[in-house]
Amino acid sequence: MATSTSIVYLIALPLFGAAALLLGGRRTNKWGHLLATSMSAGSFVVGLYQLSLMLDRATEDRAITQKLFTWISVGDFNVDASLLLDQLSICFVLLISGVGTLIHIYSISYMAEDPDRRRFFAYLNLFIAAMLLLVLGDSYLNLYVGWEGVGLASYLLIGFWNKKPAYATASKKAFVMNRVGDMGLSLAIMIAFATLGTTTFAGVSEHAHHASEAAMTAIGIMLLIAAVGKSAQFPLQAWLGDAMAGPTPVSALIHAATMVTAGVYLIVRSNFVFDAAPTAQLLVVIVGAITLLLGAFIGTAKDDIKKALAASTMSQIGYMILGAGLGPAGYAFAIMHLLTHGFFKAGMFLGAGSVMHGMNDEVDMRKFGGLRKFMPITFVTFGLGYLAILGVPPFAGFYSKDLIIETAFDSGGLQGPLLGTITLIGAAITAFYMTRVMILTFTSKARWDEDTHPHESPILMWLPMVILAIGSVSTGYLFTRGDSLENWLSPVFGEHGGHSKEHLIPPLVVSALALLSVSIGVSIAIIKYQRNEIDRIAPANVSIFTRLARRDFGQDAINETLFMRPGQVLTDVLVKSDDKVIDGAVRGIGRMAIGSGAVLRKSQSGFARSYAAFILIGAILMIAGIWVVTQ
Amino acid sequence: MVIQTPEAVMFWVLAPVAVLAALGMLLVKKAVHSALLLAWVMITLAIFYIAQDAVFLGIVQIVVYTGAVMMLFLFILMLVGVDSSDSLTETIRGLRPIAITAAIGFGGLLTSLIGRATVGRQPVGLEIANVDGNVQGIAGLLFSKYVWPFEIVSALLITAALGAMVLAHHQRTVARPTQRESAIARFRSGSLASAAGLPGPGVYARHNAVDVPALLPDGTPAPTSISATLKARGDMLESSQFQLDVVDTTVVEEK
Amino acid sequence: MNPYNYLYLAGLLFTIGAIGVVVRRNAIVIFMCVELMLNAANLAFVTFSRINGTLDGQVTAFFTMVVAACEVVVGLAIIVAIYRSRRSASVDDASLLKR
Repeated sequence: MATSTSIVYLIALPLFGAAALLLGGRRTNKWGHLLATSMSAGSFVVGLYQLSLMLDRATEDRAITQKLFTWISVGDFNVDASLLLDQLSICFVLLISGVGTLIHIYSISYMAEDPDRRRFFAYLNLFIAAMLLLVLGDSYLNLYVGWEGVGLASYLLIGFWNKKPAYATASKKAFVMNRVGDMGLSLAIMIAFATLGTTTFAGVSEHAHHASEAAMTAIGIMLLIAAVGKSAQFPLQAWLGDAMAGPTPVSALIHAATMVTAGVYLIVRSNFVFDAAPTAQLLVVIVGAITLLLGAFIGTAKDDIKKALAASTMSQIGYMILGAGLGPAGYAFAIMHLLTHGFFKAGMFLGAGSVMHGMNDEVDMRKFGGLRKFMPITFVTFGLGYLAILGVPPFAGFYSKDLIIETAFDSGGLQGPLLGTITLIGAAITAFYMTRVMILTFTSKARWDEDTHPHESPILMWLPMVILAIGSVSTGYLFTRGDSLENWLSPVFGEHGGHSKEHLIPPLVVSALALLSVSIGVSIAIIKYQRNEIDRIAPANVSIFTRLARRDFGQDAINETLFMRPGQVLTDVLVKSDDKVIDGAVRGIGRMAIGSGAVLRKSQSGFARSYAAFILIGAILMIAGIWVVTQ
Repeated sequence: MVIQTPEAVMFWVLAPVAVLAALGMLLVKKAVHSALLLAWVMITLAIFYIAQDAVFLGIVQIVVYTGAVMMLFLFILMLVGVDSSDSLTETIRGLRPIAITAAIGFGGLLTSLIGRATVGRQPVGLEIANVDGNVQGIAGLLFSKYVWPFEIVSALLITAALGAMVLAHHQRTVARPTQRESAIARFRSGSLASAAGLPGPGVYARHNAVDVPALLPDGTPAPTSISATLKARGDMLESSQFQLDVVDTTVVEEK
Repeated sequence: MNPYNYLYLAGLLFTIGAIGVVVRRNAIVIFMCVELMLNAANLAFVTFSRINGTLDGQVTAFFTMVVAACEVVVGLAIIVAIYRSRRSASVDDASLLKR
């Protein structure tokens, strides 16, 4: 594999930005945001340059590596800190740095009033660097560094306004739940090292065929747990809704476009593991299907615009995970949906941020309404994203989501129709709740608070939205024209690449079914919300289902009863046992020493003559010993 | 070898005396008496050495031990311990019975061991070893086989001498008081009565001697006129017999 | 009469010395008792020399004397030093190390 010396600049630039802003302190307040934005943009430019270089090379030579330094060298075990830039990584590099740069630009205006804007940009740059390291690492260990780095950046950014205790709690919750997934990843690395003796992607891929299926299944399940934690999938989905406490650009970049999709990246990158472990693959599909529906249902009940979008993110990642779980046929489509989703969901989040900007940071959709006239650009860009997520042709979502639905139907056996139906239902519910968001926010009658004066956002905010909207419109077409993305990625997935051309249901019919379910969802939403008056306060007399969905199907309660309470009990027991048993033993030894010392101290009278008497007694004992021995 | 009758007679005469002297050492109150009894035990032992063909050691015992070491003891006694007549009551509870029981057990075991070790063993005697003379024989061993211990012991002796000098050396930390200062201190401390100096012994006494207290102008004896050392040793004569009124009456009658 | 009687005498003197070390309080008397024990040992050495027909026992006794002399010198110096600071030669007074 060819080597390169310029990959590192992708990471180095934003890392430098973060370091400069964090170490520079207040001195960088004036120009810090500009430096951070230019670093991110520089990373994007390097990415484009690398893409052009890659396009110039023949297909089999496209992947290149760069060894930075030897990280760990213990006996036979060597880990190099090295980077791998192949067809898959470059997609992510461009998505992360591209969307990241747009969001940097957006944040310049969005965070203009915030006294801590410099710190915010430092964290953003830190995130970009960590995320790039995640997708560029050539081994699970290197990936793990980036994995933890994005977790840290996410924690810092969710809790950016940590003066509010609720926000600080939200960041802690996200961090803790992510740790569960991180444990999965570290266990996967350990199992891989123990059974295969290597942690590089290439090494594991090479040995995957010889290793026992049990080992590969164990690694696969652990990787799935990691992906579930990072991508907010069932059953570790609870943190994503609360993560909306962070500033909206953060929600757009980290919790919609990039970081939460790292789980999908991990599964797709580990395709060789899952290909060798059908059980783990099946679990991936099940997790994806459950989350897809769960997220969609939650989305229908949320009144907070960001939380509705977060539920939607969860659901869309469910699609991706489902696609990734379908094996070689679905990897490319999962990535494709990930990329298109990165565009339209980021765009919609920025739109939501723009709305909040105009509405005094109000997030309750029941207090929006009729914003179409006041925020035309936001309305149009949000609307384009809306059409994309619905899967209306020719917008991006249509291509990517349709292909996943198609692959689901084609996955064979009883599984195929079942998964296909689930994805169709998911599409319908997506259409319903997204339409609800559109209606409540933009088209229905105004229900504002009295002192709000909605207005369009400044150019620095709407320009990124426009660019992302263009992406939402065009990327699907670009990626599918002549199966370009699929062919581009196929070297990464080895010889299995490419999906079968034999279909259970013809693609056209699938598209028609998808469009039908979407139109059903849209119609129900229009009937329910466009015609009727909308209460400014969420009605209480709603169905049990809505109530459950509003409370995220009790995920917090479940976590609390299943993990937190037993954990507290366990901690209490451990503390008590530590206090009584271990400390008791230690103190007992101390008391024993004190007691025996008090007894023995009486023999230490300080009188030389009593010591002499002891010596005499000792001499008697010795002589008695001799007397006995020589008898 | 056979032990001649004179030696047996000497042993049975001197050994009980030595044991009695050793026991006396334990029992007498005054350290000086203990020292003298110990000197006697040592002389006895010196005689035993000579009787056992250890002429050199016998002489050394007398010269070094009884002479030098015991003199050192007496010298130190004079220096520090003339008033150190012990009371023989025991202050540490239970120590004396323990010590005596232990010592009896110790002696019993030792005796039993010696008896067991000597049963059926014929003594050789030193006639052959001392054929060139005892001193020559010891010198031959000392400067050949035992030359290293000899040298080391000499080093030990020098070290001990240095150590004694260091231990006994007293560093003066304050300047010696001048005559003027000590005079001022005398007037300031205690009572004015002693400021003019203590009375000398024997003044106005019938016996003009250092162990007789002086008589004060009112006729009473002054114990402070006697050296504290003599008082501690108990060598002071009873002062009451020198009280003036007793003396007075006899004088009047004679006139 | 045989030379073993000298050994019994030595044992007796040694025991008396040991009792003296324990029961007497005057440091100088204790020292004298130690000297008595050393002398008893010397008597035993001299007797051994005679019983075995070699002079090694006498040489050992000679060394014992030298060591005893060293001990007396240092020990008496210590007694003088203690007496100078405490005005007492009783070993019971120098018992401050007990706590």
